[in-house]
Amino acid sequence: MTDQLSFPAARAPRSPVPRRRLRQLSRRDKVVLGLMIGIPTLIQAVLVWIPTLASFLLSFMKWDGLSLTSFQWNGLTNYNFALNQSPQFWPAVLHNVVWLLFLAVVGTPLGLLLAVLLDGKIRGSRVYQSIFFMPVMLSVALIGIIWQLMYSQDNGLINNVLGTAGTSRAVDWFGDSSVNLWAALIAATWRHAGYIMILYLAGLKGVDPSIKEAASLDGANGRQTFFQIVFPAMAATNVIIVVITIIESLRAFDIVYVINRGTNGLELISVLVVQYLVGETQVIGIGSAFAIVLLVISLVPIVFYLSRTFRTKE
Amino acid sequence: MAVYGVELNRRNLLKGAGASAVGVGLAAVLASCSGSSGGGATGTGTGTFGSNASDPVPKKAYAALVSAYEKQSKNKITVNTSDHNSFQNKITNYLQGSPDDAFTWFAGYRMRYYAKKGLVGDISDVWDKIGDNYTSALKKASTGDDGKQYFVPNYNYPWGFFYRKSVWAEKGYEVPETFDALVTVAKKMQADGIIPIAFADKDGWPADGTFDYLNMRINGYQFHVDLCAHREGWDSSKVQDVFDTWKELLPYQDPSAAGLTWQEAAQKLGDKQAGMYLLGSFVTQQFTDPAALADIDFFPFPAVKVEGRDAVEAPIDGLMLSKKGASNQAAKDLLAFLGTGKGQEAYYAVDKSNIMTAKDADTSGYSAFTKKLGGVISDAKYISQFFDRDALPAMASNVLNPALLDFIKSGSIDLKNIESQAKTLYAQQ
Repeated sequence: MTDQLSFPAARAPRSPVPRRRLRQLSRRDKVVLGLMIGIPTLIQAVLVWIPTLASFLLSFMKWDGLSLTSFQWNGLTNYNFALNQSPQFWPAVLHNVVWLLFLAVVGTPLGLLLAVLLDGKIRGSRVYQSIFFMPVMLSVALIGIIWQLMYSQDNGLINNVLGTAGTSRAVDWFGDSSVNLWAALIAATWRHAGYIMILYLAGLKGVDPSIKEAASLDGANGRQTFFQIVFPAMAATNVIIVVITIIESLRAFDIVYVINRGTNGLELISVLVVQYLVGETQVIGIGSAFAIVLLVISLVPIVFYLSRTFRTKE
Repeated sequence: MAVYGVELNRRNLLKGAGASAVGVGLAAVLASCSGSSGGGATGTGTGTFGSNASDPVPKKAYAALVSAYEKQSKNKITVNTSDHNSFQNKITNYLQGSPDDAFTWFAGYRMRYYAKKGLVGDISDVWDKIGDNYTSALKKASTGDDGKQYFVPNYNYPWGFFYRKSVWAEKGYEVPETFDALVTVAKKMQADGIIPIAFADKDGWPADGTFDYLNMRINGYQFHVDLCAHREGWDSSKVQDVFDTWKELLPYQDPSAAGLTWQEAAQKLGDKQAGMYLLGSFVTQQFTDPAALADIDFFPFPAVKVEGRDAVEAPIDGLMLSKKGASNQAAKDLLAFLGTGKGQEAYYAVDKSNIMTAKDADTSGYSAFTKKLGGVISDAKYISQFFDRDALPAMASNVLNPALLDFIKSGSIDLKNIESQAKTLYAQQ
């Protein structure tokens, strides 16, 4: 307190010094500073802001993607197509919401559970960690093949274990549009949980063990210690996990694309973007409109969560 | 096989001596321009060839074609092979970037589209030489909207019903000539505990085959062309008719189609679980057992209404030149060589799953089955290319394919919605 009180007095004579220093920045300093700010800004602009702005502009145009002279304004036609005419759009939104809820309710808590269990002193903890983290390191194409082996109607593990393989009762896990979203979600969770587990393991290691000791000295049981002491202490990790879960479910794409290119009950907004932007089926205006819709949807939870987090910190 | 290839090449060399003299002369001019080669009579022209033939058999077949051409012309062709699907997906970037001189492509909308956009080379002068070697239907399929030729057909393959002769003989099924007869035989199969019509639509495109044939048999070939170009609307009673007819057939098509690939469905035909299968003749690649392969027979899609059976769905694969390749005589000569029987025989000697398109190609090596397939094509008045080659790609993949998949599952289709999407998509081109 005394420091703070004396601060204004102490500040007055000192203030000219840094000012003079600022003026004394040499030409070289200015160049270095300029480069240090300029290069990241340039990268950010080229990789993020310019493409975003270009997508935004293109979503109101028609363009064949070939010559730079063939841009034409197209008004809201592309958005009308995306939101009203395309029968895949609303199912895709629904599937993205289901994806988010499933990861938030099942995938992320499962990762947390694994992390807490493996953080304790159990034998072979490292082995289990490697096993659960392995799906994160596998390429998605490989994950697709692995789950194909599980889900295949006549040759898959699941139907063979159930004893329905080869009969008419065999569920076609990837082909039946009433179950394939859930089948894909289980495959996605298998991967997501390992990812979350590693992040939480790091988070748990960062929690000061003395606060756990203090809690147990105060008579808190394991559950109370975790939910009231350890979990809040990992606030920084929690922010990252929430953002990652939201981002993962909004950009969910690879697994459904490997399964059946995101058709037949596995439509997602990201799939629509790719369908209309990549390859021969490219219609740039419409693909850009889908991309902007996805951007806007992504911004809502991210902005809401981050602004709340930063406000409480201030 | 290798011995045969060598013989063929030697024969080509002798027979084509006159033509190759011209080729060498031109090549010498080219070589002296580039200054990279020794020059004189031994100089060679060079060219590059981008191939989408990533599967082993077609890859070897194109290699045989190129080496036959190199022997005949003394030109040197470098082959760059890409994965089949990614070649197709990156084609726009490929043609705008630094494409090979010659490349593999398909007849149909996509060929005409890139011709219209000026990304591919005009080869009308090649057609002046090889034109007599093709039917008018094939020439038409190689012609762009501006009346110039941009494509040289290599082979095509018909779509139709494939079945196992032994099963049909044993159970006494008769090859149906009409739609009603098809339904009757399908009913019998169902009673016998067989899936009447194998069907797979996991990849989205196979259902287009049923749609195209019903459409052409009910409304005619010209309607198919106009619908693909969106000169006809989707919300018409004519299209509704197609789906009403399809509904009669739907109970006999494999109900698990949505989750199957065409290879898996072919397996069902091979295992005698299914009675017949509507697909392209590439289905035979799936029967590796020679006994099973010998047991496969073919009949064309039955007549439905007045139109009879004068149209056949037979997608054509062949070669084109990029814009840059149009000025490369070595690449141009490669296309001209493909337009001769000798060129196509070199390819066919390795990949026998298709039908050669040049008139003077030696078909004496055809099996009875292949002759039958070839006969269906040469008898046809009209050759269609399959919906996803005849129509705007986005229309096929993003609109019709999911709609057909829905139709297969639910039996209902929203033609008004398809029409509204078609209007927006075609207006963007």
